[in-house]
This record gives sequence, structure tokens and C-alpha cells, in this order.
Amino acid sequence: MLFFDMMRDPASLVLCAIALAGCSGLPGLVLRDGTLGQRLASVAALASSLLALPSLLYLLLGGGEASFLLNWNLPFGPCQVALDPLSLFFLIPIFLVFPAGSLYALGYWPAASHSSQRSVTFFYGLLACAMALVVVSRNGALFMMAWETMALSGYFLLVAEHREGEVRGAGTVYLVASHLGGAALLVLFASLFMITGGFGFPAAGSLAVGAGLAATLFWLALAGFGSKAGLMPLHLWLPSAHANAPSHVSALLSGVMLKIGVYGILRVISFFPERPLWWGGVLTGAGLASAVLGICVASAQKDIKRLLAYSSIENLGIICAGIGMFLLGQGSGNDRLAFLGLAGALFHVLNHVVFKPLLFFCAGSVMHAAGTRDLDRMGGLARRLPFTAFFTLCGAVAICGLPPFNGFASEMLLYLGFFGEARAGQPFVALGAPVLALVGGVAVISFVKLYGIAFLGEPRTAEAAGAHEAAGTMLAPIALLACLALTGGLFPQLFLALVQPAIRGLAPDLAPAAVLPIAPVWFAVAGGSVICMAAILFLFLRAKTSGGAASAPTWGCGYLCPSPRIQYTGSSFGAFFSSLSGPLIRTRISVGQVAGLTPAAVRLSYHPEETLLHRVVLPVLSVAGTVCAFVRRLQHGEVQIYILYIFVTLMLLLLWVH
Amino acid sequence: MIDTIFHVVLVLAMPPLLLGVIGKTKAAFAGRVGAPFLQPYYDMGRLMKKGIVLSDSTTWIFSAGPVVTLAATLFAALLVPLGKHPAPISFEGDMILFAYLFALGRFFTTTAALDTASSFEGMGAAREVSFSCLAEPTLFFALITLTRLSGTMSLTPMLQHVTLPVWMGTGASLILLLAGLFVVLLAENCRIPFDDPNTHLELTMIHEVMVLDHSGPYFCCVLYGAALKLYLLGALFVNIALPFASGNAYVDWVVFAAGMLLLAVAIGVVESVMARLRLIRVPQLLVAALILTAFSLVLVVR
Repeated sequence: MLFFDMMRDPASLVLCAIALAGCSGLPGLVLRDGTLGQRLASVAALASSLLALPSLLYLLLGGGEASFLLNWNLPFGPCQVALDPLSLFFLIPIFLVFPAGSLYALGYWPAASHSSQRSVTFFYGLLACAMALVVVSRNGALFMMAWETMALSGYFLLVAEHREGEVRGAGTVYLVASHLGGAALLVLFASLFMITGGFGFPAAGSLAVGAGLAATLFWLALAGFGSKAGLMPLHLWLPSAHANAPSHVSALLSGVMLKIGVYGILRVISFFPERPLWWGGVLTGAGLASAVLGICVASAQKDIKRLLAYSSIENLGIICAGIGMFLLGQGSGNDRLAFLGLAGALFHVLNHVVFKPLLFFCAGSVMHAAGTRDLDRMGGLARRLPFTAFFTLCGAVAICGLPPFNGFASEMLLYLGFFGEARAGQPFVALGAPVLALVGGVAVISFVKLYGIAFLGEPRTAEAAGAHEAAGTMLAPIALLACLALTGGLFPQLFLALVQPAIRGLAPDLAPAAVLPIAPVWFAVAGGSVICMAAILFLFLRAKTSGGAASAPTWGCGYLCPSPRIQYTGSSFGAFFSSLSGPLIRTRISVGQVAGLTPAAVRLSYHPEETLLHRVVLPVLSVAGTVCAFVRRLQHGEVQIYILYIFVTLMLLLLWVH
Repeated sequence: MIDTIFHVVLVLAMPPLLLGVIGKTKAAFAGRVGAPFLQPYYDMGRLMKKGIVLSDSTTWIFSAGPVVTLAATLFAALLVPLGKHPAPISFEGDMILFAYLFALGRFFTTTAALDTASSFEGMGAAREVSFSCLAEPTLFFALITLTRLSGTMSLTPMLQHVTLPVWMGTGASLILLLAGLFVVLLAENCRIPFDDPNTHLELTMIHEVMVLDHSGPYFCCVLYGAALKLYLLGALFVNIALPFASGNAYVDWVVFAAGMLLLAVAIGVVESVMARLRLIRVPQLLVAALILTAFSLVLVVR
């Protein structure tokens, strides 16, 4: 009886789904047949999502909340686990992308050809479970444990191909960055413990502390959660991590794990009854700066996944700017700005969850087919992977924020927020609109390049010429996400219905202002008419030219023997814009010397640089490493001495306390 | 209702005439007779009757390029008011949709160019996307200034707010704004000094080089879409530059049409007296236009 009662409660269903997700990889660890284990894991992932998503939607739309108390006798007190609208909202991405990624992995990372499949499948489920626990936990200690599990399973997923040096390097940078962020969070929760006297999270709006202390907590949260969300300049770990992980892992890291950072920022902000105006200024400024720099650097990339990773920095910047607008609006009593900022930010969270995994999955299929991540070695894939090409086009249009896809709808809300400020006495906030327009323009450069160079034209290598379409299990999640992207663009009210409860949870006083200035029907009218007009014109022209289409080579301006190698490459496509934006994007072009009357073949290579990492952080770290070399003697790999360290530390702490 | 019909007819029928007027003006400056005013219509009619040649390298994207661009521009045509008459479709935030529909068109024009595997078309596509991401913020600065002046966020009330008294009060700002918009108009439509539609050197072209491989009815779509884009951005300009209202609806239509023709003459004059800029100077002029519109905002804030 108890069991059936529990099954009727959507909140316990969500918790069951979280546990199921965590266990999804377990059978694979013990079963001898790897393929069977992987299939079981995918079934478990789909089942967990089927359990969780309807319950989440029911709770979110019905305004339900739930909280569970785990009364164990561990030193940090009883653990509260709660589902409030904010947590429910951020659980949706997890249970959308996790099953999609598991399904995709069946074709992309099959047990037959990847020895690391067992560990990847196990940690994939564990990562999803840990992220969900982070979102539902209401106790600082439990939160940190889940956070650490999330960070470590992310690491083990990322280094799946650890035999490559580049992957190991990316993993180390990720681990260091993740723990520096974790250290900031540890200080944050320790400070909260000092203030409230317990590890339990303070209730929303109940943390009344002095301005100085509040500012410290804000900066700690920004450092800890901002580095997870990839805000510049804390983004250093992100591009190489997302580029080197398997694609379905990149999809989960980029589509969901970055959002956990956003969740953390929102959760900490919700503790404070008074949120100073300058917090909003800091977040808006940091967000817009991340957006511009992220997308400018993305436009110079030639690695397809690195380009997507930098575009994640841009999108997270846009989300952060939206949260900043919310705080600015609240601080200045401007409900309209606050509502549009928060709605735009949360809507963009959902949108990014849809189109970024879509693009990472497509990038995975492309790499699978062409055997490389380098855009300059692809080309002509649209003929060979017609479905992947079509869905990538949907994703590219959506991520550029163009109608009729969902990216446009959320950016529209932010634009409306910015434009509304043009009427204010001091229209500084309105200056965000041209910045967002610039970001949109550069996004078009990046994604025209990604799509045009990878999929169109002639194949640049033999591998690209022999590419094949992805399997059905890989295409199905891609198609689902593409449909969601179009639905969100035509009927944004569906996504906004999920956003509204989260807004009510975060800012209950915003409710009266919570009306959109634009009727959502216009999105459907505009998008629908453009699609219909284009379809009619397309069919009309096709019918008109059906008889008389002649076929010929591309016009080569009189040159008679063109080769695929004379095509514009990804590097050359981006080079024109990088030449304009100068110091923002550093690229290294090395050219051999052309000498003599009959010069021999010469190599030219193009590398976009990670200026901050390679010019500043790594040199500083290597100096620090030399200076602190003596500390390394403590680190010798003898476990019994390590246990002694722990014992001595505990004794010293005990002495200090008494 | 009658206004909507007038709007649709004017917006569909008039754009190629602007090209004819520009051509005639340039001919007059060069001392030639020039092609008839209606020559662009004859050209498009002839193109519609022709067959097409498709490059071996292309996919369906190549044909979708002109089609999606034209469809997006046609919808944008319903958002701009013509003269003192409201646009058929108007809602809060329509100016953002207006700008983004052009971006959608640009996305598809440039991908269609990359579909041909031609290095020249790739070059044109790279230039087009790079220049327009500098032109876009200028347009948004201008829209912010107009939002501040009119207090609304929709093109129709925003542009109809600009009347003679407003010009008297904020003339300096509006002149700067018009200067910026004129630069955007020339750059976005690939006119001299940014791009020369008549040159025969593929290396130096931007828009024309992207459409080298289109032929027949598809090329007609490209030409018509380009003319329509010129017309729409021109209408934005003329609405601000001609703040007169006669009170009579029909006279207003005539005033607007005359304004558009005058604008075409002005573009023809600019094309006749200026040379094409070197490619590296183009971004500088675009940034200058951006700063002009930023100043126009500063002047209305003070």
C-alpha cells in the first residue's frame, strides 16, 4: 500500500527517477555483454525521464511543492531535499538531455568499438543523478557532496579517451578550475553556517545580513557558480573540456551542467531580502562581456566543437545578462525590466538546453562520419548526411536567434527589456540592445561558417567524401530537439508557461507586472507566414524550372580546373572578421618561407589562441610551481603517511577548537 | 482596408522602379541616355521565362537561399509604415523582428553562396556577414533614439511620431541619425561606396559575387529581394526625413512615393560622385556611422 501511495505522489516519482538515473550504468559494470549493459542503461534513462518529466510538469504547472527530510545522524545535521519551482524548472533540462544523450550514445559510443564504454555509461548516469541532487538539496553539506560527485563524474567522462595527451591536458585544466570554484563554494557555505548556525539553506528572502557580508557572499557565489557557468574570465576550462569530451558528454556538460551554475547564482540570490543595485550591474556587465567575447572568439575557431563551446560562453553570458537585468529592475523598482530580464534569462536557459545538445549531437555525427573535428577538412556533408544536415541547419538558425526558431523568442524578451529602458531618465541599460545586436551578427558569422564549411561545397578530404549518414538511434534525439526548437519559436507561450512558476518562486512580488508586452501569437504569425511563403515560393519555382534545369560546374571565373582545395575554408571565412576585431581574437598564422624562382611546397597553418590561458594563467602557474616546489615533497604517494596527515590535521583542529 | 491594399501594391510593385531611377541618374551624370526607367521590370520578366543552370556542387540549400530571403523580406515589408499610413502589422517589438528577418535572409543568402564551393562566393559571404554585423548595431542605436523620442516600441507609432515639431525640437539628433541610417542603407544594400553592383571583377564584389551562380527565376528572386530590401530600408529613412502630413490620405501616398524616388536619385548621385572604398576602409566608415547614431542618442538624452 505504501508503495502505491508513493507512486501516486509526483514528488516521490521525481526522487525515484533521480535514483534510477544514478543506477542506470550499474548493470553495465557487472554484465559481461557490454552492448546489453549499454542498452539497459538507455532503457533506464528513458524510463527515468518518463517518470520524471510528467511529474515535473504536473508539479510546476500545478504549483505543487514538496520537501523531504532525511534525519540521519551525520555531523552536518538533517538533510532537507525539496522541490520548489526553481528546482523543478532546472530539473527539466537534466531529464530532457540525459535520456537523449543515452539514446544517442548507443550509436555514437557503442560498446563494440569503445573499450571505455562501461565507465562512460556509468558516469553518464551518475553525472545526471548528481546534477539533479545539486538542484534539489537544501543543505550546504549535501549540496557540496553532490557538487563534488558532479564535478568528478564530469572529469571521468571527459577523459574517456585518456590515451590522447590533449584530452588529459583538458581534463587537468577542468579539474583544477572545478576545484577552485568548489573552494569558493566551500567558503560560501561555511560562511552561511557561521551566519545561520546550520548547514540548511536559509528560506527565500530570510538572510538579512550587513552590506559588506552580503557583498562577500555574492562574490563567492559568483566565483564558484560563475566558473561552472563559464562566465568570462572564469571560462578557461570550458572550451577544451567540451571539445575533448565525447559528443554526448559535451551535450550534457554544455546543455545542462553550465545551467547548474546559473541555478546556483539564482538560488543564492534568492536568500537575500535586499539585493543591491550594483549586483545587477555586475551581472549585466559580466554577461554582456562574456557574450561579446565568447562569440567573437567562436567566430575564429576551426574546431567544430570548440566553436560550439565558445558559443556556450556567449549563451550563458546572455542568460547572465538577463539575470542582471532582473536585479537592476528589482533594485530600481522597475518591475517591467525585472520581469523581462528574468523571463528572458530563464526562457533562454530552456532554449539553450534544446539547441546546444542538438548541435553537439550533430557535431558528433559529423565527426563520426568525417573522422575529424577540423572544419577545414570537411565539406560536402549535406549530400552524404542529408538528415543530420537538415537538423544542424535548424540548430544553427535557432542558436543565431533568428526567427522562426526559439532563440529569437527569448532574445526578443531581452531586447524588449533593453528598449524599454530607452525611455528612462538615464538610458544606460538600453545600450545593451546594440551589444546584443552585435552578438547576433557575430553569431551569424560563426554558424554560417560552421554549417557552410562542414556541410556545403565539395568534400575537402577523402574521409569527408566517404562519409555516411548517422544511425537511427542517433537521429531520433536530434529530430526531437529540432522539433522542440521550432515549437518554442512558433509557440513561445508553451515554454513561458514553464518559466512563469519559476519567476513566481523567485520574485513573488513581480506577479502583477508579469504580462508580456508582446502577444505570443505574433511569433506564430511571423514564423508561420515566413515558412509558408518560403514553401510556396520554393514549390512554385521548382515547378517552373522542372523542365529546363541544366547541370554544370560552378562558375570558376574562367579557371578551368578547380579543385576542392581552392574553396574558402573555415579559417579563411573567419579570418576577415578576426582581422577587424584585432586584439580580441588572437590567431597564430605560421607560414613557411617562399624562396627562389621555383619554390617548393610551403605549409601555412592557422591556430586560434587561448590568450588568457596560454599567455597569462599557465606562465603564472608554472612560476608558482617552481616557487612552491618544496611543497611537493609532501606529495609522495605513500598512503599510510597521508592518513597520518589527516590524523595530525584533525588533532590540530581539535586543539584549536578547545 | 484600402490602406492595406495600397500598402501591399506599392511595396510589391515599386521596388524595381528605384533601381531604374538610380540607373537613370547615374546615366545622366555620365552624359548617357541610360536604360528606361522600367528596365529592371523587363529584366525580371525575362529572367522568369528562362531556364536555370544548377552547379554540380549544390544541394537544396542553394535554391532555398533566394526563396527564404525573399519570404523573410516580404514579411518585413508588412511591418514598415509607408509615409503617414500605418503598417498592416504592428505590435510591440516589431522593429526587432524587422531587423532579424533581414538577418535570416542574410543567413540563407550566405549559406547558399557557400553551397557552390566557389572561393569567390565564399569570399563574398565572409565580407557580407562581417560588414553587416557592424551595420546592425547602428540600426539598433537609431531605433533606441526613436524609442526614446516616441516612447513606443513599434515601427508605426515610432516613425509617425517624427513630425515637424519634433524636428524643430531635436533636429540635430535626427540629422545625425539620418546620416547613420543612410550609411546603413548603402552598406546593407551593397551600393557604392561599399560595393559596386556593376563591377566585372569578382574579387572586389560583395553581394553580386555571392549570387554569381544563380540563374533564371531564382536569380529573379535574388534581384527582386534585393530591390525590396532597398525599398524597405529606404522607407525607414524617408519616414524620418519627410515629416510632413497633408491630411489627405491620397496626397500622403504621393508624397511618400515622391520621397522614395528622391531617395533613389540621391543614391544615384552618391554612386556617381564617389568611388568604391578600399575594402579595409569599409569597417571604418561603418564604425563612424555607429558613432553618429550613438551621438544622436546622447543628444536626445543630454
